Formats: sequence, C-alpha cells, structure tokens
Amino acid sequence: MPDWADFRYPAFTFMITGYVLGAFLPGIAGLFARGRSGAAPDRVMKNLGFTLALASSVAGCILSLAILISGKALHVEMRQSLPFGAMAIHADGLSAFFLGVICLIGTAVSAYSLGYADAYYRRKSMALFVMLYNLFLLSMAGVVTAGHALLFLFFWEAMSLVTFFLINFEHEDAASRRAAFLYVVMAHTGTALLVVMFLFLFSGTGTMDFSALSGGGNRLPAAAQSVVFLCAIAGFGVKAGIIPFHIWLPEAHPAAPSNVSALMSGVMIKMGIYGIVRVCFDFLGPDFPEWWGLLILILAVTSSVLGVLYALMEHDLKRLLAFHSIENIGIILMGVGGALLFASLGNRLLASLALLAGLYHVLNHATFKGLLFLGAGSVNRATHTRNIEELGGLAKRLPWTAVFFLTGAAAISALPPLNGFVSEWLTFQALFLGFHIADLSVKIAVPLTVALLALTGALAAACFVKAFGITFLGLPRSDRAGNAHESSPAMIAAMGSLALLCVVFGLAPGLVLSVLDPLAGSLPGTHVTGGNVLQGGIMLAPSGDSSGISPLILGVTIILGGGIALAAGLLAGGRLRRREAPTWACGLPALTPRMQYTATGFSKPIRMIFATVFRARHEIEVSAESSPYFRPSISFELKTEPLFLKYMYEPAYRAITGSARMFRRVQTGHIQTYLAYIFCTLVLLLLFAR
Amino acid sequence: MSDAGPIALSLFLQVILLCAGAPLISGIIRKTKARLQHRRGAGIFQPYADLAKLMRKDVIIPAAASWVFRTTPYLVFSSTLVIALLVPTVLVPVLLNPAGDIITVVYLFALGRFFIALAGLDTGGAFGGLGASREMSIASIIEPAMMLAIFTAAVTAGSTNLSTIAAALSSSPASMFNPAHLLAFSGLFIVTMAETGRIPVDNPDTHLELTMIHEAMILEYSGRYMAFIELSSQMKLAIFLALLSNMFFPFGMAHSAAAGAVLSGCAAFASKVLVLAVVVAVVESTNAKLRLFRVPELLMVAFILSLLALILFFIIGA
Repeated sequence: MPDWADFRYPAFTFMITGYVLGAFLPGIAGLFARGRSGAAPDRVMKNLGFTLALASSVAGCILSLAILISGKALHVEMRQSLPFGAMAIHADGLSAFFLGVICLIGTAVSAYSLGYADAYYRRKSMALFVMLYNLFLLSMAGVVTAGHALLFLFFWEAMSLVTFFLINFEHEDAASRRAAFLYVVMAHTGTALLVVMFLFLFSGTGTMDFSALSGGGNRLPAAAQSVVFLCAIAGFGVKAGIIPFHIWLPEAHPAAPSNVSALMSGVMIKMGIYGIVRVCFDFLGPDFPEWWGLLILILAVTSSVLGVLYALMEHDLKRLLAFHSIENIGIILMGVGGALLFASLGNRLLASLALLAGLYHVLNHATFKGLLFLGAGSVNRATHTRNIEELGGLAKRLPWTAVFFLTGAAAISALPPLNGFVSEWLTFQALFLGFHIADLSVKIAVPLTVALLALTGALAAACFVKAFGITFLGLPRSDRAGNAHESSPAMIAAMGSLALLCVVFGLAPGLVLSVLDPLAGSLPGTHVTGGNVLQGGIMLAPSGDSSGISPLILGVTIILGGGIALAAGLLAGGRLRRREAPTWACGLPALTPRMQYTATGFSKPIRMIFATVFRARHEIEVSAESSPYFRPSISFELKTEPLFLKYMYEPAYRAITGSARMFRRVQTGHIQTYLAYIFCTLVLLLLFAR
Repeated sequence: MSDAGPIALSLFLQVILLCAGAPLISGIIRKTKARLQHRRGAGIFQPYADLAKLMRKDVIIPAAASWVFRTTPYLVFSSTLVIALLVPTVLVPVLLNPAGDIITVVYLFALGRFFIALAGLDTGGAFGGLGASREMSIASIIEPAMMLAIFTAAVTAGSTNLSTIAAALSSSPASMFNPAHLLAFSGLFIVTMAETGRIPVDNPDTHLELTMIHEAMILEYSGRYMAFIELSSQMKLAIFLALLSNMFFPFGMAHSAAAGAVLSGCAAFASKVLVLAVVVAVVESTNAKLRLFRVPELLMVAFILSLLALILFFIIGA
C-alpha cells in the first residue's frame, strides 16, 4: 500500500489537465466532425466532455482524500514575477474537504449529464455546454485550492462568469436572461466587497499569501478586523445565498440546466461557506468579538426559517429546492456561528464541535440537494414542466427516480437514520452543550436557535411531504404527468449513487467524522476534540457527556421492527389478502384528479399560521353570468409579498437610479462641455497638486 | 448496563408496557370518557379485540396508491417500536440507550408522521391530502415546542440521554418542582394532546370531514394495515405518557434489576400512567374541539410555555 501523500501531485495534475481538456477538446473534436449529419457530432462532444469531467472529478476526490488522510498539504508554486509576490496553489485540510465535496458531487453529476445532455442535441451548442461545464468545475476547484488572494479572486470571478453563461444557457427564455442579469449584478457586488476585504487584510499584514495570512489577521486593529469580517459575511454571503443577500438564488438556480442547478445548489453556494470559514477562523482567528458569532446566528436563523417558509409557498419544483438551499445554508451557519460564539467565549472544544456540525452539514446538503436537483431534472425531462400542480402519480411511471427522490426528501427533512439527521443532531448537541456557558447573550441566543432549528426541521418535512406527495403520488393531474417515462440508465445510476451516499453518510458517520474531526479542531480558535465525537466507530458522543446516538443501530432496528410487524401480521391473521378498490370519492361516481389536494391547498394552513410573514393576497374571479351553484370557471390568483425585494432592494434600486439621474445632468453629450471639464480639472490640479 | 439480565428484563418490560399495554391505556381513556358522559362504554380490553379483528381482515388498496401506501403501516409501526425501546418506563436503563436520545425520539416521530402524510396523499382522494396538510402544519409548531420542553428536562441533567435525565432527576427530587420544570411539563402536556390527536386539537372518535386531521390521512386504510396504524397511534399515546411521567417525575423508577425495585417500579409507572390517562380523558370530556385555525394559537401557548421554561431555567439557575 503506497503512502496516500504520494497521490497528491499526480491526482492534482490529472484533475487540472482533465478539466482543461474536457473544456476544449470536445470543441476541437466537434470541428472535425462538423460534416457529419444528425446528432453524431453532438454525441461525440457530449461523451468526450462529460467523461473527462467524470474522470477529473474522480481524480479530485482522490486528491482530497490524499490530503485529508496523509495530513500533508498540496503546494504548487507558480513561477512568475508579479508585484504581488509569488502565487501558489495551496490546499490544506480545509481546502481538501471542500474540494472533496465539489468532486464527489461533480462525479455523480457528470455521470448524470451523460444521459441528461441528450436533450440539447442539435438544439444548442454542445461544445459550449461541455466547455462551460468543465470550466465551472475547474473554477470551483481553483477557488478552494488558491493560495493567494489574487488567484482566489481570479477563480472566484471565473466561477461567477461561467455560471452567468450557464444560467443564460437557455437564453431564448426571457426569465433566464433576467435571472442571469440579476445574478451577475449580485455576484459582482459580492466580489467588490471581497476586494475591499483583501485590501484591508493586505494593508494590515502586507501580504496576500494565504499561508502568511493564516492567523495574521490578528495584527489588524480591532475595527479593521470587524470591517474584514463584515465584508466577508456580505461578500461571501451573496454567493452562499444568506438572507437578505439571497434574491438571485431562487431565480438563477431554476433557470440553469438541471445538472448545473445540482452543482450550483449542491456545491457552488458552499464556496461562500468556505470563504467565511477561511477568513473568519483561519485569517482572523483565534480571538473574536462576541457579536460576530451572534450576528452569524441571527443571519442563520433568518435564512433557515424564511428559506423554508418561502419554499413552502412554491409550486415550481426547482424554485422550491432553491429556497431549501437557503434554508440549509442557514443550518450550516448555525454551526459556524455557534463555533465563532463559543470560540469568542474561550470554549474551544465546543467551538470545534459546532464547526464540525456545520461542515458535516455542508457535505450532507451537497449530497441530498444534488440528488434532489437531479431528480427534479428527471421529472422535468419526463414531463416538460416544473409546476408540481400539473404532476402527480409519477411514482408509478418513474419508479427509480421516485425512490431516490424520496431518499433525498427524507434526508433533507432530517429523518433518522439518514445523513441530514446526523448533522442536525450534531448541531443540536453543540447548541445544547452551549447552554452551560455562563453568558447572558448565549443563554438567550442558544434556546432561540434551538427552537428555530426545530421549527425549520418540521417545516422542511411539511414541505417535502408536499414536494414528493404532490409530484409523485396520487393521480396524474395532467397528460404530461400521465405519459411520463423513466429516465436513462446513466441518470438513474447517478441518482442512485447519491442516494446511497445519503444512507452511508447517515449510517456510518464515523467515516466522515474521522477525517472532519481533526480538521475542525485544527483551525485557529478551535481545539481538537480528541476523538470524543467518535467512539467505537459508530457512536457519536460529544465530549463530556454520556449522550450519543448510533444511526446504524437505529437503522437496523427500524428494519427489524418492520420484519417483526410482518411476522406478527402473519401469526395473527395468516397470509395478507389484498384487494384493489377505488378510493372513496365522497359519493360521486368516479374519482378525478381534480379532487386531490393541490400544492397551494396543501400549504394553506401554513400560509395562515405565518400570515405576517407572507402577507398573501388572493383574488378570486368568478364568471358572472352563471348560476351561483354551477360555475363554469373560477380563476384564483395568489401572491405573497417578497419582503426583501420590496423593502430592501427596491428602495436601494430607486436610490441608485435616482442618483444616476442626477449625475446625468453633468453629462451633456457635447464635446465642448467635456473639454471644459478637462480644462477645469487641469487648472485645479495645477493650483492644488503642484 | 453490564450484564445480560437487566437488558433482557428491560427489553421485556418495554415491549410489554409500551407495545402490548398501549391498547389498554386507550381502553381506559375511552372507558373514563364514557363514564364521564354517563354511558356505560365498552370494556377496557375492547381495543385488543378490535386489533385482533382488524389483523384478520382483508386489506383494500386504493387504485391510485403506490408502494408508499403499502409500506407505510410497517414503517410507522417499526419507527414507533424503536421509540418504545428508547423511552425508559420501569427501569432507568433501557435497551437501546446508547443508540438514541430525546432528539432522536422527536425525529423518529417525525419519520412516522412523514410517511403517514405521504400515504394520505397517495390515495388520490380529497381527504388524504386534507389530513396530510393539516397534520404537517400542526406538527410544524408542535415539534419545536416538544423539543424545547424536553430540552428543559435535559438541561437539568446536562445530557440529552433519556436514562441519564431520569437518573439525574430522581437523584434530586427538588428539581422536579422547579417552576421551569413545571412550565415545561405543561408545555409537553399540550404537545401530547396535539400529537396524539386528542380534543381540543383533533377528535379520535369522529370522521367528520370538516374537523378531522389524523383520521383523514388514514381514511383509506383497512384490515391489517389499519391494525398497525391504530396500534402505532396507541403506542404513541403510551410513549408520550411515559415521557411525561418519567422525564418530569421519575418517582419510584427501578435503578437496577432487583426484583423488589422492579416490582415497585412497575407499580409506580402504572399509577403515574393511570393518573395521566384519566387526566387526558377529563380534559377531553370537559373541552370542546377547537376550530382548526384556532389550534395554532393553543400550540403557540405550548411553544411559549416551553421557551419560557428554558429561559426561566437560566434566570433562576436551578
């Protein structure tokens, strides 16, 4: 068995070369195949591009494992003489973990794309699609492995631009164009804040090299540290989709092709989390003011509760999933914010437990959200609609997609023994142990966070009963759903592998924790938990406390319990005799799909309970001429008020356009005026800047 | 737990009390309600006869339903069974003790509810969706209230492990009458009424379209499937009564497998559950069912009570 450390450099080279080749080779191959008729050139480009992406992602997974297991960082110096110092690729444990998340999901999504991209044959440019796809993965891998601020910003911008083109890929649709524009504006505002952040760090430390910045932020004055922190939260928060910086996310994620949505929601938003952890812990650690953690906790609970509430109101399957990404970013930030809070109070052990919970949820959310978006892609492919009000009964028509989507839905609803439960349990435990810290703001913040995390979990379960139940169960609500067919084997295999990961990361948390535990404890401000989280391979037992869970035992017992029930049934009443009969239709002659609950109807009680948040307005129009009992048509329209758009972004937009209009007066459009400006400026400069 | 004796005894007692004994509790509640209404009522063992009958009957499957409908009864039963193995009844140590804690209990209930709601939607009828929608909405407020109430008990013990909580509380009886503790108890009592579908939240004895919640979801179930769903509901009630008595007032629980301790533990558990069952019946008989959209207000009371309990706990610093 060779040393894991030996794999680092070959895997890195393979990964980078693979992505670059995957980006450009298919286009070149396409040039030679241009004369061929039909879909042949597209098929060649698709197979070449996505196979290369798949292979490179596997290499990336190996690289990530090699760094995490050997504990040795990857360091590649880039020879050049820029004024900002030598640039380097530097991947430590934290980078490797996020790289692993990217490449794990990247592997599954690339396999899925081999089947999914068929729909674009002869309709769109396949060369462009595979190029953007590979560059997207490459840029994300670059973001987490960059060892220098400029290199980081380069990859960060590349990632934003590539995703802009991917969101805009189906640019015939006006909604896609609007979403892409909104995205690019928000992304650049975020990048601008990141530039400010790095400049502040540079002014205080004189370096832009990450390894020199590590722990170097402490040299900054306290006020400058807080500015860096706020810029990081806002700048990275835009990408992560933290409320109130989230407005682009529910527009952009549904607009992109589904395989890209899976990567964006599963992986790209985590780049924001990477940035926050890197800057807050690595650069600014190990001492923090207490309000940092509290601020992140406030943002976290806002994002998670509002995210899931807005998701409940959606009946566009992909928009619903996009809002759940906001919710889960909130849950991840509960871990990160809790870690900052506990670290600021000097409880480093608890800080690393909270960070561990957050990072574990990063991985878990990536697997189940990637899976759910791929499932949504299959549904979309089979029915050509994302509106779940038109779906229903797909469990009989897309049996595999249904099973895997249900696995993802159960995982995201934190149902035991799947992976979402394990990381939310860790978050609960970290917060619970925080109860014992003697500090007033902790004693108020922590119970509230616990309550709102429980609320989020329950609402998420309600939302996924709706999403899965309306889409896959009951009777088909339209011909589109009635005539749907199962997706191709590549797509099913990809979804199956992610579903399997949801089960494995749930049943065997030890696999993940054995790598994550030392990582979460090695950052400045945290402390190695010393394996207390992991006892006997499967048991989770936070330090200093006897409570633990074993998802494996739970899972086995649940299956055993089902077996006991089957046996008990046989003993008590013999073989089960089943008969099929129509569902009771309240005495009407036949059951029609219109008698079923709709998604809108399903979420009505929640809409009433949380009326202050939604401020829903509905309009009912009844055709006038008919009798009051038998009405030929009723139209119903329901709108919920987008709070942040209305009270935050629209005033900001008005202020910006208003001030721009004022400045327009200076711009006359006559060349004489500009010459006069130049003359005046020159005179003023001569007078004052001699 | 070191030796096999207590483990086997604990397993036996858990299964006997929370699984086989659950229909009896329902029978007692029904009998008490009947007496309070000046009816004679069926005998307290009637639920067993009902279950036995259902077990032998054919199952009718709605034409629209998929495998979700057929799997749900078994899954709901087994997830409830796992909870029954986690909640201490007579003995402080339980069989699955290291495998799960109170957070697990809350989420295992969520697992059963998730699938029952899906099965409701799977029938393709109007009532299934109606019940699923109402159940999930109400659960979304119950769950945080339950988590907070239970956390208050857990904070006293410094652990979320059910056995540790019971042990810590019984070693310091004064903390049982701590105001925070009593507030959390009343919060959890409201949660119990809501979770188990009792008046004033839901009425387990009626199938009136406009008001039913839990019954609407399981309207299409019949025969053996119905038996498992019914048994799970009865076990759920038993588990909640066990939680109310042992997480808040763990008097007389057996700490070892000694015969005397176990016998007095059984007596203590039986009397506590009996008292709670009668209280449930009295509350059900003396209250009217709330209009559906007034229910969230009641549940919000439970939520606020539990939150107050947790914050009060820190202020008076028990």
